[in-house]
Amino acid sequence: MTEIFSQLIAKVEIVTADLIASNFGLALILIGQGLLMAVFLLLSAYFLIYADRKIWAAVQLRRGPNVVGAFGLLQSGADMLKLVFKEIVVPAGSDKFVFFLAPVVSFVMAILAWAVIPLNDGWQLSNLNVAILYVFAISSLEVYGVIMGGWASNSKYPFLGSLRSAAQMISYEVSIGLVIIGVIISTGSMNFGAIVAAQDTEYGILGWYWLPHLPMLFLFFISALAETNRPPFDLPEAESELVAGFQVEYSSTPFLLFMAGELIAVFLMCALTSLLFFGGWLSPIPGLPDGVFWMLLKMGFFFFIFAMIKAITPRYRYDQLMRLGWKVFLPFSLVWVVFVAFAAKFEFFGSFYARYLVGG
Amino acid sequence: MGAAVFAFYLFALSTITGGLFTVLSRNPVHSVLWLILSFLSSAGLFILLGAEFVAMLMIIVYVGAVAVLFLFVVMMLDVDFASLKAEMAKYLPLGLLIVIVLLMELAMGLAVWVPSDGAKMVLGAPIPSDTHNTAALGLLIYDQYFLLFQLAGLILLVAMIGAIVLTLRHRKDVKRQDILTQIYRDPDEAISLKDVKPGQGL
Amino acid sequence: MIYDDLNIIFPEIFLSVYAMVALLGVVYTSKDELAKRVTWVTAFIFILVAFLIIFSEEKTEIAFGGMFINDAFSRFSKIIILLSAAVVLVMGQEYMSRRGFLRFEYPLIVTLSVVGMMVMVSAGDLMSLYMGLELQSLALYVIAAFKKDSVKSTEAGLKYFVLGALSSGLLLYGSALVYGYSGTTLFSGILSNVSTDAPSLGLLFGLALVIAGLAFKVSAVPFHMWTPDVYEGAPTPVTAFFATVPKMAAICLFIRVMYDAFGNIINDWQQIIALLSILSMFLGAFAAIGQTDLKRLLAYSSIAHMGYALIGLAAGTEFGVQSVLEYMTIYITMNIGVFAIVMSMQQDGQSVTEIASLKMISETDPGKAIALVILLFSLAGIPPMLGFFAKFEVLRAAINAELVYLAVLGVLASVIGAFYYLRIVYFIYFGEMPETPLDDAKSPILRTIWTASAAIMIFGIVSLLGVEQMAKAAAFSLLN
Repeated sequence: MTEIFSQLIAKVEIVTADLIASNFGLALILIGQGLLMAVFLLLSAYFLIYADRKIWAAVQLRRGPNVVGAFGLLQSGADMLKLVFKEIVVPAGSDKFVFFLAPVVSFVMAILAWAVIPLNDGWQLSNLNVAILYVFAISSLEVYGVIMGGWASNSKYPFLGSLRSAAQMISYEVSIGLVIIGVIISTGSMNFGAIVAAQDTEYGILGWYWLPHLPMLFLFFISALAETNRPPFDLPEAESELVAGFQVEYSSTPFLLFMAGELIAVFLMCALTSLLFFGGWLSPIPGLPDGVFWMLLKMGFFFFIFAMIKAITPRYRYDQLMRLGWKVFLPFSLVWVVFVAFAAKFEFFGSFYARYLVGG
Repeated sequence: MGAAVFAFYLFALSTITGGLFTVLSRNPVHSVLWLILSFLSSAGLFILLGAEFVAMLMIIVYVGAVAVLFLFVVMMLDVDFASLKAEMAKYLPLGLLIVIVLLMELAMGLAVWVPSDGAKMVLGAPIPSDTHNTAALGLLIYDQYFLLFQLAGLILLVAMIGAIVLTLRHRKDVKRQDILTQIYRDPDEAISLKDVKPGQGL
Repeated sequence: MIYDDLNIIFPEIFLSVYAMVALLGVVYTSKDELAKRVTWVTAFIFILVAFLIIFSEEKTEIAFGGMFINDAFSRFSKIIILLSAAVVLVMGQEYMSRRGFLRFEYPLIVTLSVVGMMVMVSAGDLMSLYMGLELQSLALYVIAAFKKDSVKSTEAGLKYFVLGALSSGLLLYGSALVYGYSGTTLFSGILSNVSTDAPSLGLLFGLALVIAGLAFKVSAVPFHMWTPDVYEGAPTPVTAFFATVPKMAAICLFIRVMYDAFGNIINDWQQIIALLSILSMFLGAFAAIGQTDLKRLLAYSSIAHMGYALIGLAAGTEFGVQSVLEYMTIYITMNIGVFAIVMSMQQDGQSVTEIASLKMISETDPGKAIALVILLFSLAGIPPMLGFFAKFEVLRAAINAELVYLAVLGVLASVIGAFYYLRIVYFIYFGEMPETPLDDAKSPILRTIWTASAAIMIFGIVSLLGVEQMAKAAAFSLLN
């Protein structure tokens, strides 16, 4: 009996080996991995909305969602169903094709960036050499969803909202790019695996990039808030001025896509913060095993901070936002890039800024 | 047909389609969107060539920044495109003539493609096999083409100064916001707390 | 080592660093109040760098793998560019500050444009050629529109920009073809890779397009359309700059490309240049006749002068190059003088550029009248003046190169051209008195400049202060 069984297993193994070796099999595996990632993201989005609302409620001494399901856990699902089954309203005089293209772009770009984000050593869909540039490029495309949505609605508020958003996202992309350059200089590579490996020292949490690049951590995080249109920088949809900004005319599933896309982009920024500054899947205490658990924990922690900031800060005025981006962050991050370049070249504190020297 | 060949034809076709509809499209905003498609597809072509760094820069710079500003301007334009089109019809014959001359020139030039003597000798291997192309590009730009790189920087500097000189106007009669004084304003000076008894007022 | 290369481009580095430091320094202090001082300092720095180059060691060096060439030819043109830029800056600052549009960016943009010109004349590669050219022209587009409240100035800037971009496109298209057929962008590489007897068709197309792009920059017919409008619209000091300094750089670049890169196929480009030259001379001569605006007239005059300069290039000999360099030096000197006078013309405090307003200035300001007459005679090429000598040299170069037809046509065009210069002379001495005569120009700087310029036109025939020897050495270094 066991003999037959083991023979069967051997046969299955041969067949699967053949399948994996063929192009078709490879395509199947890639699609499977992609689906897995998408499911992971959608599930996280589901719970992130819940967490966001709960945290917000707790700060305001409310209960938050607590009716649908145990502790209100099914609330997000109920909202999703409600949105999906509503009627899609298309404004008169709108550009229909662009109107529907916008939310799709917003959602797809948010998901697309995750193709190169590793959750653990080697756990990514594609191991690009220029992974970090890829993420930067894709996140710079996200602005199109907003601009196209605002323009295609053929309405004043959405248009104003989209203009604000475009200016805001471009402004803060510049400083995000410069922060990333600092990290790249320290690492000597644009690959996420290499960036995390460069933070793998014997000092645990003290070896991560947050320490050498401390000012840039704050700059990056604040720019990430602005880049994802989160409060206190949610001017594109500032409801007291623009009703709901670029989303005014959207309803039903397109609106859902916008919202999900935004949330996944926020989660992406959490992942980037933990990869670039907090060692990704590395454990903070030397001796404890590294693993995907740490990565998820860090991402969750940064999402918590995102949610707290949303709950406790008042909204920026638009001219202050622009001033912060161009007159404070841009020069500061530029100076920092120059500083890091010198620090790496002339080896301040040994390999503190020049991790490529020690390998890893 | 391999995946690479398929991808090449896909990207090449969509680049050309994007370019074609950029010109043909009636709505200028659609034109810009087609242009973006064209940029993205050419980034894909760069990836097929193994130049992933250039491809990413193409997306970041052209699609992420230049085209956004372009779209910005085009969306706010209030131009009567019908009359523009009528103007265009007037110059169409001349334009077509120039196009034909240029096309003939290209065709004639390409038909007798004979590189000059010695041209083949100077052609090196375009892709270094032992380094990443990002590193190879960096070595070339900061070493061999250092002069050109710095000159390009100067050109951008002139463009920036020019844009500021020609557009910045300091209007003396307008009250401006000074954000720093607003931020550093002391609450003690601005706010005074009064204990107002019910039913009495100040 | 890179330090050797950096040493060779020291003048360029010095000027760019000066521009950036001055820009930052002035922006963070009192801005436009310093504009006058910055202009003077910039002019002084130009002269300083010019003397640095004059007293530098005379040898031929290449930097950055042949992309940058420092030889007697480039040194000669750089000296002329720097000195004339300094004079034009000093000349214009009074005019601009009196009319309230002298801003501190002006001298600094001019500095960067001069850096571009210096790179142009030293270019040893199609890419550094393009970079220099673009740096130069981008700065010029900006200063053409510098008087931003004037519709004409803005229009001039826009026109110049659009047409300039078109010409850059032509140049790039040509460069791409040349690169495709010769496999390199280095001039020396193109020279050795192109076969002498039968260059391929594609390469010739590339050559023709490169010539078209360069002809745009020197405003040779049929690529001259932008010149009159831009000259008329731009503020007068800026026009004075356009008519002098960039012309020198563009002609020198033209010569450099033709000899350094295509020196083996002179027969293939000689006819094109000769055609450009004939068209420019005749169009310049005929179109200027009907002009009523002095700046437009000078624009056509400069088109015609570029035609004469191209004769020397078409000759394709060492003496031809020498004659072009001398021609350009003399042309710049005369034009600076003429523009100094144009800048001093004003009626009731308003600047005017109509030719008619010059009527009978022999009565109101005899000194200026005499200077203007001398300069106009010189521009027309009438014998005792230096302008005649310049024309004579290029025509001699053409005859030596057995291009007799070109020389004959040149003489013919210059006879026609003399008509419109003499018409102005007629106005000065024999016109009727206008109702409101020109104001008395109280500008010692301008007066000095036009007097000096006129004096050079007369006494230059005695001694050229070594310009001839330097031009000879420059031509020798280019061709050998």
